[in-house]
Amino acid sequence: MNNHKITHLKELEAESIYVLREAAAQFERPVILFSGGKDSIVVTHLAHKAFYPARLPFPLLHIDTGHNFQETLDYRDALVERLGAQLIVGSVQESIDKGRVKEETGYYASRNKLQTVTLLDTIEQHHFDAAIGGARRDEEKARAKERFFSHRDEFGQWNPKNQRPELWSIYNGKKAMGEHFRVFPISNWTEMDVWQYIYLEQIPMPSLYFTHQREVFERDGQWLAAEPCIPRKPTEQVVSKQVRCRTIGDITCTGLTLSTAHSLEDIIEEIAASRVTERGSRADDKRSETAMEDRKKAGYF
Amino acid sequence: MLDSTRGYLDMELLRFSTAGSVDDGKSTLIGRLLYDSKSIFEDQLEAVEAASRSRGNEDVNLALLTDGLRAEREQGITIDVAYRYFATPRRKFIIADTPGHIQYTRNMVTGASTSDLSIILVDARHGVLEQTVRHSYISWLLGIPTIVVAINKMDLVDYSEQVYNGIVAAYRQMSETLHIPNVEFIPISAKKGDNVVNASEHMPWYKGQPLLSFLETVPLGNKLGGAHFRLPVQYVIRPISDQFADFRGYAGRVAGGTLQTGDRVRVLPSGLESTVARISLYGNEMLQAHAPLSVTIELADDIDISRGDTLVRSDEPQPLVERDIRVDICWFNERPLLPRSKYIVRQPTAETMGMVSAINHRRNINTLEQETDVAELRMNDIAEIGLRTASPLVFDRYADNRTTGSLILIDPDTNETVAAGMIQL
Repeated sequence: MNNHKITHLKELEAESIYVLREAAAQFERPVILFSGGKDSIVVTHLAHKAFYPARLPFPLLHIDTGHNFQETLDYRDALVERLGAQLIVGSVQESIDKGRVKEETGYYASRNKLQTVTLLDTIEQHHFDAAIGGARRDEEKARAKERFFSHRDEFGQWNPKNQRPELWSIYNGKKAMGEHFRVFPISNWTEMDVWQYIYLEQIPMPSLYFTHQREVFERDGQWLAAEPCIPRKPTEQVVSKQVRCRTIGDITCTGLTLSTAHSLEDIIEEIAASRVTERGSRADDKRSETAMEDRKKAGYF
Repeated sequence: MLDSTRGYLDMELLRFSTAGSVDDGKSTLIGRLLYDSKSIFEDQLEAVEAASRSRGNEDVNLALLTDGLRAEREQGITIDVAYRYFATPRRKFIIADTPGHIQYTRNMVTGASTSDLSIILVDARHGVLEQTVRHSYISWLLGIPTIVVAINKMDLVDYSEQVYNGIVAAYRQMSETLHIPNVEFIPISAKKGDNVVNASEHMPWYKGQPLLSFLETVPLGNKLGGAHFRLPVQYVIRPISDQFADFRGYAGRVAGGTLQTGDRVRVLPSGLESTVARISLYGNEMLQAHAPLSVTIELADDIDISRGDTLVRSDEPQPLVERDIRVDICWFNERPLLPRSKYIVRQPTAETMGMVSAINHRRNINTLEQETDVAELRMNDIAEIGLRTASPLVFDRYADNRTTGSLILIDPDTNETVAAGMIQL
């Protein structure tokens, strides 16, 4: 028997490409959820590899909270251009203006939760039957329970107590009208795997991931960007620091890390030495012990 | 980049699952592995410490690291499989922490189906229980190359060698009756940390390795593939562009063996043949395709190939092509399986309708006997059935290839996955 030694990154890449090809084969209108963060960038890169030399068989969907770093939007537009992909933007501001959601108020106001409504509305409007996301099981304890093909009912809800069995690599994407699937090709990747893969493949990354000087302020032991969309308490002083993003989301919930990492090698070193998880810098997970599960049940990413 | 970090770029991956009866300490074992191998981050540990205190737990409850769902934390049980990740300087690991309750057996099978190794936990105070047998039998049916029986809570039986030997003997009797070979035994205390990462000071009579050293050194079988080249075709890549106007690539993940440019290949079930013109991924030509790589294959001739077909080498033993097969199944659904019922039969990429032609026999987990004359299968039953399919299936015996020998049954009324099937013949 031929036993070929294969590295963990090659094995993970092969698995993810397999999942993406299954998504393209089993669904009529799949879409990639693109946030501008490293995970959705890697998923898009893998999809590009999976179907080369054909173009991506999926459009990219960006749910725009209106509170994005400009760098994220610039990167997104350049990527779409380079891949010749189709971009669809779902606007949270529009959902607010239409009265579909009500904006939170106060110092901790965030549009993170509101995104769910915009996402489900956009999925319905475009008749998407599968939304491909960059969620990873190592990120968070509710995500640790996700299937590769994760069923959503007609209300977009996840039922974690009664998920379909998922055997071997046989994915069952069958559904009734109005239901859809979430597909997570990089389920089995860790944060370290993602950065090592970016390094090996030399994938260009948004500048936010590397160290830069930024106006920031401290809240609950975290550094946040001093931007108008986060109201500051009178005691919160703005200072200038050398920081980088460890995750990229909406500005209001993206914690910045004090860092001098200039290169992908520096970032890998930093993560290897890190004693805190990446979601430790996400304000949206800290709302309760099962904050992520509660949002996921409602149809969150 | 530091050499230590560079070293992490080319590690091997071991996927293992933990199983066993309720309260045998699976989640605690995983918590212990992560904790002692320093794979838990500070914020995770702080969250678990705080949650343990608020629940009135005396010690830090390591199970809270993996039981992530609200219902699981409320009830203190595991409902669905949770995946955890850690690495040592020698290997990377993916753990599937599976539930012990019988009603969540489908989730145990989900976690175990992709594993290279299965750890079955046994509570030293209770010995071999019904779920120990069920999970051992399922692990063996799933063809998991290595089964490790971790006899846990040794601290609660005074680290007694006699108790340990008694359980080993009882387990061996059961496994021999079921013809399960190659089982390893390790006495541990997940709660106290004995023989998990560090060797135990309390059990000098145990001469083997601690669990983690075993996981770091156990040979990595052949990763779900077989000896002969198989490529279930997932998707046909046809670019609509002037530059690649004639390109036609067959996309799939290799499920065994090897393939090189110039090899003669056959398409099944049609039997048409051609020659491999090019193997690539992302435009990068590969000298050889082998499991478990995802590849794109171009052929010299324009022949009819579509999703669900299987590419094989003409010069190798061929897969079987049949409409009547015998399958070992685990039944997952509350609706019973009845003879003559119809289901959608899904292999990795092919799909057809199938009808249950017979329930040949069912394994009684308590008596270990095979029962014949079975009228229906109920949830969590393990049995051999006969299946007749609408179109021919291309397959290998499950014992020869865990990918091309596997199938699932889907209820056409509800779209639910109702059974896992391992093809015998």
